[in-house]
Amino acid sequence: MSWLDHRTGIETAIRNFLYEEIPASSGWHQVLGSIAVFLFLTQAFTGALLAFNYAPTPGDAYNSLRYILTEVTGGHLIRGLHHWGASMMIVVVVLHMTQVFLYGAYKKPREATWMVGVVLLLLTMAYGLTGYLLPWDNRAYWGTVVATKIAGGIPLAGTYLSRLLGGDNAIGVVTFARFYGLHVLLLPPATGVLIATHIYLVRKHGVAPAPGDEAKPKKKFYPQQAFKDTVAIFIAFVILFVMAAAVRVPLERLADPTDTAYIPRPDWYFLFLFQTLKFFDGPLEVVGSVVLPGLAMLALLLTPFVDRGQMIKVTRRTVAIGVVFLAALGWTGLTVAAVATTPKPDNVVAIDYGAPTDWMGLSPQELAGIGYYRQENCASCHAISAGRQRIGPDLANVPIKKSAAWMIEHFKHPAAMVPGSAMPAILLSDSQLNALAAFLLKLTPANAEALLNAPDFAVDAGLVYQSKGCGGCHKVNGEGMTIGPPLNGLVRRRTKSWVIQHFVNPQALSPGSIMPPYRFSNREMDGLVAYLFTLPDQP
Amino acid sequence: MDQSGAQNDVGRRTFFVGLIYGLWGLIAAALAVPAAVYLLIPPRLRKAPEWVEAGDVSKLDPREPMELVFRENRVDGWKIQSEKTTAWVVKLADSQIVAFGPQCTHLGCAYHWDDNRHGFVCPCHSSVFAIDGKVVSGPAPRPLDRYQTKVENGKLMLGPLHEPKGNA
Repeated sequence: MSWLDHRTGIETAIRNFLYEEIPASSGWHQVLGSIAVFLFLTQAFTGALLAFNYAPTPGDAYNSLRYILTEVTGGHLIRGLHHWGASMMIVVVVLHMTQVFLYGAYKKPREATWMVGVVLLLLTMAYGLTGYLLPWDNRAYWGTVVATKIAGGIPLAGTYLSRLLGGDNAIGVVTFARFYGLHVLLLPPATGVLIATHIYLVRKHGVAPAPGDEAKPKKKFYPQQAFKDTVAIFIAFVILFVMAAAVRVPLERLADPTDTAYIPRPDWYFLFLFQTLKFFDGPLEVVGSVVLPGLAMLALLLTPFVDRGQMIKVTRRTVAIGVVFLAALGWTGLTVAAVATTPKPDNVVAIDYGAPTDWMGLSPQELAGIGYYRQENCASCHAISAGRQRIGPDLANVPIKKSAAWMIEHFKHPAAMVPGSAMPAILLSDSQLNALAAFLLKLTPANAEALLNAPDFAVDAGLVYQSKGCGGCHKVNGEGMTIGPPLNGLVRRRTKSWVIQHFVNPQALSPGSIMPPYRFSNREMDGLVAYLFTLPDQP
Repeated sequence: MDQSGAQNDVGRRTFFVGLIYGLWGLIAAALAVPAAVYLLIPPRLRKAPEWVEAGDVSKLDPREPMELVFRENRVDGWKIQSEKTTAWVVKLADSQIVAFGPQCTHLGCAYHWDDNRHGFVCPCHSSVFAIDGKVVSGPAPRPLDRYQTKVENGKLMLGPLHEPKGNA
């Protein structure tokens, strides 16, 4: 016995834990519980990391998350791990439960283990519900509005539940504090205690044996089953890591209670509940929101007391298999129906606010400049970030900015301005060269990457806007004339269909308007309207 | 069990244990490295430092230190804070205006000009700086930090704060 063990007993404890005896039939089908515990710990870790750069109040929450996503190194990965880890946890917990259900492992004397597991499932869902609000984007806001209204609609308890969630009047600071408190202060310790209880009970009763195990010699948990658990956890982790690194989690625009065009939807794992609600109208709504989910939970809790027969082989448990099959079918059907009936949003363009949006501050002329920059393949000879060597000079890191007039002369006759320049002349009109120069004047080492990654629709819209000379009458981001109305904040004033009709026949909608009609291709029109609707309210 | 079987068992066991350690090592590294990067690498800088107007140059008397209070925008995590900041400004010669950062170079306490001792005195550990920022006495390790300065239309403009070069 080592010095440490003599004083703490830690080695003996680990030894006892690892050399637990398990039934001969144990194997790959029992790794899911371990994965769930691993995912919980990973969520706690990434959650703590996020909390280090996060301000849990409305507004600030959104800005700090944007800061994590656009400025903090590795922030995207950490947020991705937490986001996809949450979804994965739901999947793994449900699979774990399904396995235990199929094998009938909840039978005497393991009823309590099962029931604790059901509560853990509820807690996992509670994380999903409370965590959904925390980004404070439109999706988070409206999803939570619906969730708290459902809670408020429950007979008798509804008022109090709604008050408890701070959703009495509207979703605001109080709701936010409550959700955040639940998500990071109350739920994790509760989960920890219940997981400990769950594992304690598993150890107390031993891993459930399959029929015929009594005759065979028992195995040790370590190293063979521990190896299987480790491999399974590793595979799960690789999937999670790849998702976090490769699949962007979009951040929508800041929560906007006045946005009437928004179509709220819960996260994918709640869609079936969402769809269930649609089948019950008026006073019957409570059936969908409370009675059915409540009965389902009750049925889950009481399963061990209903099914009390002898342990039989999993392949002969036809009723259990049938129940799982029907549940999966019902869940899939409801989820598919919910997805299929979600209308395509009209006014809303999908912009990922998790990426830098510096391009939104540009004038349409400067955006058009990005278009010409791309068309003329400037990037094939000019770099825009330090460290990359190209034939031409780095356009973001120039010591002294040239004037627009100098640049335009240079574009037309490169060698005249820079003797010996190998650059070919750019064959564009004066106004197009002007746009290109305007864009280049805006380039700095800090924003170059972000500006050149401006979405195509916005750049195309800039090109249209510039070529049609819209700036001769309209002001955008402080640039342009004010003969017509300024276009910032248009999304507040008009719908998409109104704007499209207005382009085709302005006088029909604005009598007395001097705006000429415009005919655009569908693609041009869509891009232009989408762009106009993303303009910030205040330039 | 014959001897080769027992050896086989030992081999399998070593393989399992080795892989358990290896895979957990990989998982730990894949979490620890991004966490370290996330916490330790400074975030992308949002704004280049700008010049701030600190006050009127005409208010300054030669060799008479004056505390100028002005507002400046500071990038603070996800916010840009507009804060009140001060600078101790001295007009050394007609053409040379020096603006000192308001913190003692020892442990960052706010110092002030003491007319009697004709020096900048730090209330914390009694460091004393001369009118040109040099350390006269006390624990301060280096002269006072200076703002970059320029005068535009009679207004004193302050740039970023930096340590004086050489023994200035």
